[in-house]
Formats: sequence, structure tokens, C-alpha cells
Amino acid sequence: MNFDFSEDARTLQDAARRVFDETAGPDAARKVMNDDSLHYDEAIWKQAVELGLTAVRIPEAHGGMGLGAEEVCLIAEEIGRGLVPAPLMSSLLFTEALLIAGSEKQQAKWLPGIADGSVIGCVGWGEGGTQLPGSTPDTRMTKDGLSGTKSPVADAPIANVAAVTYAGSDGPSLALVDLSQDDAAVSVVETLDLVRPYGSIELKNAKVEPMGTSGAYQDFLDRAAVLLSFEALGTQEAAMRMAVDYARDRVAFGQRIGRYQGVKHKAADMYIKGELARAHAMHGAWAFSANSPELRQAAAAARTASLDALTFTAEENVQLHGGIGFTWESNCQFYYRRARALSAALGSRGFWSDRLVRSLEQRNAAAA
Amino acid sequence: MDFNDTPEEAAYREKVRAWIAENTREYEGLAPPRTNEDFVARQKSWQKKKYDAGYAGITWPKKFGGQGRGPMESIIFSQEEGKSAAPTGLYAIGLGMCIPTVFTHGNQDVIDRFVPVALEGEEIWCQLFSEPAAGSDLAGIRTKAEKDGDEWVINGQKVWTTNAHLCDYGIIVTRTDPSAPKHKGLTMFIVDMHQKGVEARPLKQMSGGASFNEVFFDDVRVPDSWRVGDEGDGWKVALTTLMNERLAVGGKPGGSPDWKMLMDVAKEIETALGPASEQADVREEIAKAYINDRGVKLTQQRALSALSQGKTPGPEQSISKVVVAKQMQELSRLALDLSESQGFVRAPEGSELDKLQSSYFGAAGLRIAGGTDEILRNIIAERVLGLPGDLRPPKDTPFKDIKPL
Repeated sequence: MNFDFSEDARTLQDAARRVFDETAGPDAARKVMNDDSLHYDEAIWKQAVELGLTAVRIPEAHGGMGLGAEEVCLIAEEIGRGLVPAPLMSSLLFTEALLIAGSEKQQAKWLPGIADGSVIGCVGWGEGGTQLPGSTPDTRMTKDGLSGTKSPVADAPIANVAAVTYAGSDGPSLALVDLSQDDAAVSVVETLDLVRPYGSIELKNAKVEPMGTSGAYQDFLDRAAVLLSFEALGTQEAAMRMAVDYARDRVAFGQRIGRYQGVKHKAADMYIKGELARAHAMHGAWAFSANSPELRQAAAAARTASLDALTFTAEENVQLHGGIGFTWESNCQFYYRRARALSAALGSRGFWSDRLVRSLEQRNAAAA
Repeated sequence: MDFNDTPEEAAYREKVRAWIAENTREYEGLAPPRTNEDFVARQKSWQKKKYDAGYAGITWPKKFGGQGRGPMESIIFSQEEGKSAAPTGLYAIGLGMCIPTVFTHGNQDVIDRFVPVALEGEEIWCQLFSEPAAGSDLAGIRTKAEKDGDEWVINGQKVWTTNAHLCDYGIIVTRTDPSAPKHKGLTMFIVDMHQKGVEARPLKQMSGGASFNEVFFDDVRVPDSWRVGDEGDGWKVALTTLMNERLAVGGKPGGSPDWKMLMDVAKEIETALGPASEQADVREEIAKAYINDRGVKLTQQRALSALSQGKTPGPEQSISKVVVAKQMQELSRLALDLSESQGFVRAPEGSELDKLQSSYFGAAGLRIAGGTDEILRNIIAERVLGLPGDLRPPKDTPFKDIKPL
């Protein structure tokens, strides 16, 4: 049994972590937040691209590194840990959409640009209302083209290309939209996330290419959920570290507050929830890389558990800091906001816990 | 990543699986034992078979009668044994905790006298640690041992002693020097449970069962040669035992309700709003149960992977018991709630509802046994995350002078 990441994957993770330790983190996030003219940190983006972080999963034939799920999962974790203010997750998710649902021609057209960082990709499934990733979108395809509005789409204001959902003949499916077209208008949408930019993509009879079947879209959701789980885990661990460091340092009633069980048990719960989520995320990474039939349940469990861990940790991190944690100057807000961003990123917790139970029911029925 | 055995592990698994299948036939389909004697006899017969075939003490050094193999072989054997009808459980404490303590800290005479007989299953052991006033704060024990020539005289009371009423010997931690600091004045001994002055009284649990005892010691004499470790070193010796306990009290009792049982129960229950399994709050609980159950299993697989690769498992293993015990309580409670009055009426023995009812009560004990939820959270916070410990009386205060803060 070897339920652990390979040495190679760990080496790549360490490299990403070193770069983000130096360049990203709350200070970099604050810089982007404070500057309205700045959508992302170009220097970090360049360094990440140089390191090949956008190219890991792209086949060598398309200018990538041709690596597997393990590597990209650990990179997602580091993006989360560093609160990285650059469109890395969007490009990684777009890559997965193209790999699972795109045609050879579509891959050949877009993947080399993603790999070398000249193209930024994004994924749009929401429509500004209470849609779920599994429900049929209002966005429709007619003989004149694709019409509808996708919003909020992470990194859309800086992206060159998007994978968006529309009402396919047998359920939600993906289409590929070149955002340089006039029939795809992007405007900025303000969200609770003040670090990464979000946009609305308005499609009016847009000339787009369908991308794969509705089944391929469902498969994409599983893979995206695993990646987002790792991002959440990275953010969660950073928030936990912040809380623990503060509890070791802050003095009240003549002692470090970390001595109080009311405080330390909260910290222990952060760890417990984090490790449970990690076990499921690793299971997801395994199922993703092995293309296992267990992927659907593993991905849904990973997404649910990672949101639980991150939400709890982000909330209790503010609580542990007390009044100072509630200020604009404190870094607590970045984790608190990112927990919201990650929850909203692909259907919140309820959608995934229900998807988990549904897939367990299906597996049980099939086994009976 | 993979979940497969290495070729060596697979070969070993194949071998033990065949042996277990061959040797557990006589236990298949047996009714649960009716008396303590039946229970002990059945357990003894299985331990003897393992001993004779070289499957007892798999990780123990050969010089103590063990097989000198690695942890993976032991785990593989337990996994296969767990899938069979083999009667197990009685030796978990003795062979899992007591005897390793004896052969790690005991003198050669004591090792020769006790270790092989115990491994063969002839003598059954218990662990006499907790006391009425020393549970989580184990080092606060008060049971006295006073030296009298070549012997020690033990007086006091132990409690929560699993299977004391069935045991032949125990290891007991005593206070030999009340004027020494709390952790320094302790000494460990072996004690004969059939001896005059030892009285084990079964404690009836809130669940109705009685697997624990309170044990009274009234002028019980123990030879100095049965001392395990040096005088005053009892805490260090006890830690060896406890390290082994934390590994043992890791998972749920076999056959405990899991997410799948909750799902099955919910499917059968018709409510005013349709099947319970279709209701959002119930589905939410099923999801939570799966995340906890499977999450703990996957976490254990991370530890097994480390062992299989010859590495040391990470600290994540420390979450298992605290997750499992509370989960068992919540899941059983929810299933009983969903079952409404049917879940309240005493269910027929062996039924699903019976399992849920007993696991609801068992869980209350599991949250305390082998480290309470609170102590385990302290350990995670202090040892894994590096938070400071509770404020305590100065470490060098003589035990007899410690007053509550």
C-alpha cells in the first residue's frame, strides 16, 4: 500500500511552496486588494508560469509537462496556502475541462498558450442566481449561437478563453468561448472576494464550440472538486497556523491564551477537521489519477469535508484573535473571505453532500 | 498512489488467510458464549492455535517467543482475523499492552516466568491503572505499595479494569513514595489476581453490561522480584503501556453501526414527508457519517502506508478515536430518533435496532475510555500543534503536599 504522494509530486509542491512563501501570502493579497487598478499580481503569475505550474497537466505534445493528478493537486494546495493573487486555479480548472471534454483540435488550439502563460483560462457555470452546478442553465444554444449570462466567473476580467455551461440536450454541458469575440462581453462583478477578480460574461448569439457531452461535464465537476478541495486544504492549514501562532503568543489573565482549553480545543478541532478533509482529498487525488469509479463519491466527500474544515477554521481564526481579528488590518479577513470564495466556487456544501449521498446510493444499489 | 499490498505482503496475506480459514471452521455459526467460562475457553482455544502455528506475538522479538516480524504482517493478520469467525478480544490488553511492558522493563526471571505462558494464552492479564480519583490525571494515583523486607504490601483501589474478573495476573501502578513529586514516586508491579486480599467486583455499566471492574487491594503482598522497572520509575513504565493502548483503542468496536446502516435504516422509515432517506437533514447526516467513518479509515491507511514503506506514521493518526467515538454516538442517536417509538422499545437481540441501541450506550463509554475527548484534544493541541500545556502545581511539589489550585 502506498496511499501517499510520490516523491516527484512532493518535490514540485516544495518548489511551488518556496516561490509562494516568498512572493504570495496575505501581504501580496492585500496589495492587490488595495489597488483598484490591479486584478492580479503579474510578478507572481510570471514566476508561477516559469516554474511550469500552468503546464503540469498539459501533454508534452501541447507544450506541457504531461504530469498526473497528484502533481496538480499539490500545486492547488500551495495556491490555497499562499492565497495566491493570480489566475492559477482558473487556468488549472480550465485545463481540466479541456482535457476531459475538449476535442483534440480544441486542445491543440488552447493548451500551448495555457502552458506558456500567454493565455489565461476560466470556467463559468453560475448565472448570478441560485443555480447549482448540476442544474440546467438558462444559457441556451440556438442555430445563431450561444446566449445567456455567466456570472460570477472567477478571473473572467483577465481571461482570454472560458469554458461555460449551457443547457445541452441531455443536461448541462460545456462550451468553449473565445473572450476576444465581440459577442462575448465581459464586465467586472464585485464579490465578497476582494483579491481575485470576477466577471460576468454576457453572450449574445456568441459563436462558440460545444465541448464534450453532458457526461464529460459531470466528470469535469468531479475533477474540479478534487482540485478545489486541495486549494481549500492549503488555505485551511494557513489559517490554522495563523490561529495557533497567535494563541502561543497572546497573553491574557497572565498566561498564553493557548493554555485555555476553550482555545486549544478549538485549535484541535481545526486540526481534526483538516486531517479528515485531507484523507478524503487524498482519496480524491488517488481516484482522479487512477480514473477510479470511486471518483464521484471521493470528490464529493473531499469537497464537502474541505469546505467544513476551511469554514470552521476561517471563522474560529477570527474568534481566536478577538477584536484585532475583526479589523481591516488583520489578515484574518483573507481566510474568511476565501472560505466564501471557495464555497461559491463550484456549488456550495449542500450540493456536494447531496451528490455524495446520491453516489453512495448508486454504488450500494449496483452492489446489491 | 495505490492501495495494493506489496508482493511480500500479498504472499503473507494469502498464507494467513488460508490458515485462518482452515482453523476457524469450528467457530462458524456458534451462538455467543453463555457463561464466562465458555467465553474464556473459546478465546483460549483460538490463542493456543495461533501460538502453535506461529501467529502469536507477530511483532515481538524472537527471544520473547515472538515472530520478530514487522508491523505490516501483524496488521495483515489482524485484518484477516477480523473478517473470520475467530473469537478475539480477551487478549488485547494482556498481549497488546501488559506483556510488552513486562518484557521491556521486567527482569529476566519475570520474563521467563510470565511471557511465554501469556503468549500461549494460558494466563490472562489485565491493566490496573485508573483509580476513582485518578482517571484522566493518571499520575495522581494513590494506591500504596510499602516495602516490607523482600516484599511489597499493596493497599488501595483501582477501577475501570477491563476483564479483571477473568484475569490471572495484572500489572499495577502504585505510589511508593508520597514525598516525591507526583510523577516520580510511582512503581509498577505484577500482581496475582487470585491472591488473598485482591477482590474484583464487576461494575455494572449504564448500558447494562459488565466488562469493567473495581478492584480492591487489602494488604496484598508482592515479591520485590515482581517489580517492573526501578522503584520510582512507574510513570515511565506506564507510558510504555499507554503508548500501546492508544494504538489499540483506535477504531470502533467491530460491527458498530456505520454510515451504511444509517442509510439503510433511513430508507426503510416512512415519514409524513416520504422516506427519511430523501430528507435533506437526514442526507446531510449520512454524508457526515460517511466523511467521518471513511475519513478515519483513510487516515489509518495513511499510517499503514507509512509502516509499509518503513516510515513512521504522522501525527494525523491522533484524530481517530476522538472522531470515531462521537460519531458513533451521533449516528446511533439519529437512527434511534428516526425510528421514533420503535427505536425506544427494547429491540430483539441481534437486530439492527439492537445494535443501534447498544452502540448509543457504548459510545458514551468509548468517549471516555483510553483518553477522553477532552484529553485527546489537549494532546493534539499540545503535542501536534505546539500549544502550551495547562498551568499545574510546580513539578517538584511532593505528591502529599499538592493542594487543588
